[in-house]
Amino acid sequence: MIIESAKNISESLFSQVIPAGDYWMRTVVAGQTIRITDLEGNQAADTLFYSADDPSERYSAMDTIREQGNVYLSAGTVLMSNLCNPMLDIVADTCGRHDTLGGACATESNTVRYALDKKCMHACRDSWLLAVAENEQFSMTKRDITHNINFFMNVPVTAEGGLTFEDGISAPGKYVELTALMDVIVLISNCPQLNNPCNGYDPTPVEVRVW
Amino acid sequence: MTNTTILNNPLYTDTLPGGAHWSFRIKKGKTLRLIDVEGGANVGMLFYNPADLLERYNAPDTLKCQHTFKLTKGHCLYSDMGRIFCSIVDDSFGWHDTVCGNLSKKMIDKRWGVHSYQDFRNDWTLSGHDSFLVELAKYGMGRRDLAANINFFSRVVTDSEGNLSLDASNPQAGAHVDLRFEMDTLMVFHTCPHPLNKAAQYPKKPVSYEFYESAPIAPGDICIDACGENQRGYKNTTLYNELYV
Repeated sequence: MIIESAKNISESLFSQVIPAGDYWMRTVVAGQTIRITDLEGNQAADTLFYSADDPSERYSAMDTIREQGNVYLSAGTVLMSNLCNPMLDIVADTCGRHDTLGGACATESNTVRYALDKKCMHACRDSWLLAVAENEQFSMTKRDITHNINFFMNVPVTAEGGLTFEDGISAPGKYVELTALMDVIVLISNCPQLNNPCNGYDPTPVEVRVW
Repeated sequence: MTNTTILNNPLYTDTLPGGAHWSFRIKKGKTLRLIDVEGGANVGMLFYNPADLLERYNAPDTLKCQHTFKLTKGHCLYSDMGRIFCSIVDDSFGWHDTVCGNLSKKMIDKRWGVHSYQDFRNDWTLSGHDSFLVELAKYGMGRRDLAANINFFSRVVTDSEGNLSLDASNPQAGAHVDLRFEMDTLMVFHTCPHPLNKAAQYPKKPVSYEFYESAPIAPGDICIDACGENQRGYKNTTLYNELYV
């Protein structure tokens, strides 16, 4: 569902551009709203959320899609935790559909998906592993790297039970906006993947902005 | 039972009642057959590498590398490390879910009423979530380790808008699915209801399971040679087995 935001850029508290291949890890408190903007279009922002009070409570793709009865995320979706508590509301979305089935790229899964000799190419899970290593204050490890959201990524399910990775439906300037319902740690990998159309074979920056 | 990927005579057979849980460490080269005895069962399942519990079943990697939403014969079930825990070498049911997760105790109580152990003894109603937590705790793991699981014998479909539903219209008594293990694996499973099950009463469907010796893998294997992705995943697995074991 396409819903535009009424928020004013000049009133935002914070903004930062995340280059492709980098991560962003920061706490957003209950009541704040975070906007992720696909600056140049066709860019996947692989995102995880954790309860800041207890990071063992975290975003759960399964609970989210089961509770809303739909596999795609858009405005109106409530992101649920693994304890089935509401974590964030998607309050605005100019893209219309986001994926939470396809997971994040990893060097290991790259070998399976593309070629064994691509194992050293940069991947989202490497960015996340560096993030948890560099941010010891959150006491997280590989155990906490779980099943994510791919904002701006289009992964339709077919009637026959297939899964297709299609060219993005995103475009320059499309954004998604989420209001936190609890204090959350946001962990974004701006996807470095060069081997499939999720980034249009050309990974580009995204911007985060907080109100 | 004419699956040529297993050798005759099961090594072990047992039946798990509905609403129960258990776990096994399974060696590479064994095949596990699950049987939906009455029809309408659900088997929640997760896999871990017993030598490195941080390596675990990864539903997104499994789905995307085989371009599938459902799981069935010919599919391999992947770890997050690009290796194959097991291959679905036979499947008379045809469509298994790996995106809907489990019910919690709170949801079970809301849907089917409170059936505590104090009042109902063995007729209490366990949740899939708690079942996994108990099994994982046996190996030092907890809820941080609870990944998206498989729900065998549950056919979950989507419409063109992405709306999810459990198609329970065709239960098949005696349906079976065979998992051939390609590396040593810790397997945890439960027989609690699928989260989209809307039966009037908490369904308690027994599941039989049998372990077999796998037949040697031959060229043209239905899973390994199903696609280039599985051939590469199997190469990763073989390398791991050769270097580690």
